[in-house]
Amino acid sequence: MKTIYLDNNATTRVAPEVVAEMLPYFSERYGNPSSMHSFGGQVGKELRAAREKLAGLLGARPEEIIYTSCGTESDNTAIRAALAANPGRRQVVTTRVEHPAVKSLCEHLVKEGYRVTFVPVDQSGRLDLDYLYEHMTEDTAIVSVMWANNETGVLFPVEQIARFAKERGIAFHTDAVQAVGKIPIDLSASAIDMLSLSGHKLHGPKGIGALYVRKGTKFSPFLIGGHQESGRRGGTENTAAIIGLGRAAEFVSDHMEEENTRVKALRDRLESGLLGRVSHAVVNGDPENRLPNTSNIAFEFVEGESILLMMDGHGICASSGSACTSGSLEPSHVLRAMGVPYTAAHGSIRFSLSLYNTEEEIDYVVEHLPPIIERLRQMSPFWQNACEKTA
Amino acid sequence: MWEYTDKVKDHFLNPRNVGSIADADAIGEIGSMACGDALKLYLKLDENEKIVDAKFQTFGCASAIASSSALTEMIIGKSLKEAEQITNDHIAEYLGGLPKEKMHCSVMGRDALEKAISCYRGEPAKVVEGQVVCECFGVTDVQIERTVRENHLTSVEDVTDYVKAGGGCGNCHDAIAEIIDRVMGKSPKPKKPAEKLTNIQKIRMIEDALDREIRPELKKDGGDIELVDVDGERVLVKMRGRCATCTASQVTLKHYVESKLRELVTPELAVEEVQP
Repeated sequence: MKTIYLDNNATTRVAPEVVAEMLPYFSERYGNPSSMHSFGGQVGKELRAAREKLAGLLGARPEEIIYTSCGTESDNTAIRAALAANPGRRQVVTTRVEHPAVKSLCEHLVKEGYRVTFVPVDQSGRLDLDYLYEHMTEDTAIVSVMWANNETGVLFPVEQIARFAKERGIAFHTDAVQAVGKIPIDLSASAIDMLSLSGHKLHGPKGIGALYVRKGTKFSPFLIGGHQESGRRGGTENTAAIIGLGRAAEFVSDHMEEENTRVKALRDRLESGLLGRVSHAVVNGDPENRLPNTSNIAFEFVEGESILLMMDGHGICASSGSACTSGSLEPSHVLRAMGVPYTAAHGSIRFSLSLYNTEEEIDYVVEHLPPIIERLRQMSPFWQNACEKTA
Repeated sequence: MWEYTDKVKDHFLNPRNVGSIADADAIGEIGSMACGDALKLYLKLDENEKIVDAKFQTFGCASAIASSSALTEMIIGKSLKEAEQITNDHIAEYLGGLPKEKMHCSVMGRDALEKAISCYRGEPAKVVEGQVVCECFGVTDVQIERTVRENHLTSVEDVTDYVKAGGGCGNCHDAIAEIIDRVMGKSPKPKKPAEKLTNIQKIRMIEDALDREIRPELKKDGGDIELVDVDGERVLVKMRGRCATCTASQVTLKHYVESKLRELVTPELAVEEVQP
């Protein structure tokens, strides 16, 4: 059975070009870039080139990039660094729909005695900017707002928020793990102080992330150790992954236009195809301000895990905001923050596409998913009532 | 990804007895859309209170659908009295086991069956039995107590896996912990009947205790037990499976089976093994 992979916000296929470039660093080019000898030193040179490629994707300077092990480490580093740099300030401002990498950390900070403001969103997942601005005070150490939401794809106006923060002397961080590689980013023209990204979301390898720290931003390291990353993050470089991330940055940069035209068109084809064939189905999130690859659709009166497992039987991979798939009992905190009713939240499915998807695959899903929903609805005790009410 | 047994997968992908019964004799409804799962169970009985047909409608995850399907298969052909003995553990066992996090699906099956039987007997629905402990999922102390006792649960996390209580805001965790201490901390009081049991009552209770408590434990080690006779306070049994050849079976018999029967039936009982 062919796999139709529509779960690219979870992770992406490592591009073959990226794999090819990484392979020598597992075998013959195993040197430590910090070594004095030219065998290791040569690797150091190649890492510098990779760093320049990644900086190029972001419109940043190479020295503004700190490599980390993942997006979560980048987020933790950024927020902890801002708190350490501003010991007199005890408040963090973030949103109610952040990824757990920020959300759980902030909840933990509350236990440590910090004040955390979680800014609400409206029904379309748009941020309440008035609320956000009102809650930025002289006590605010950092504002952390994600660039794009991982579940709905909704984009937040982070550049605007960053400017507002800068005018008030408050540090601004964005978790851009879902945005980098999918939409154009130019940090040279923005007021963003720190930005997190992750390699495996942009056709790079897992186990590598990066934190952009604008030159002049007060910083203190999260991992203290060797002199690597100019003393800002200890630990021997993950050389193969850094090389891979550099190549991946080039790869997504080369395909940025395609992502925002062909992939976006595929996403729209999937969405209109499904909504046209399935009643009581709605798109979660602001359709105007979304990542080009993401569609989150609520199928009312059915449960997400059941949908996923039946799709799995057809080789279709997606993910769900349902409680049953997350190991918790509450459906997605993102959909609940948006006020999506339980009838819809439990049956919400996230489709996230990539450059590797084809029209044929989308048509296959549009053909095979509606009967699954129909079948599960026929089993559901709520479905008949719903039909009677709307009849 | 959840690890499901082949039996769960089969009952999910090919559910038995989906639908409704227009002239059902009993209907049991449990759960809600907010909870994330719900089950409506329909029963058709004959004049001897035998379940001749059962159908279900379920909103929920794969294991909720599989548990509902399994339940209907288990009860069709059984008398109401026999069906009443089914516990959530039996449903899970029938499916070859459920992931710990999904045990609440089997509890939902048992609860729907219980409701259907109450409905048939015209008993008032036990909706407000006890005090609500978990506000998020509307779970009462009585439900939590029963589940803790039947499944020997020892942590708040276990309780959440079985009846969802504590899976929302978390405010009730202390209250749940207190219930666990109350139920598991103190040894359960032997249900000593006030008046002397008749022989037939005694046999029924012994069989019930074997089915519910003892057999599942023995089966974990590949053993089994058969009730041969009850003579006064003497309970005659045969050890089966691995127990029959196990040198420790005498210890099991005296320490486990006998003490369990004394606890659950009457303290005077003595268990003896009948040699084949």
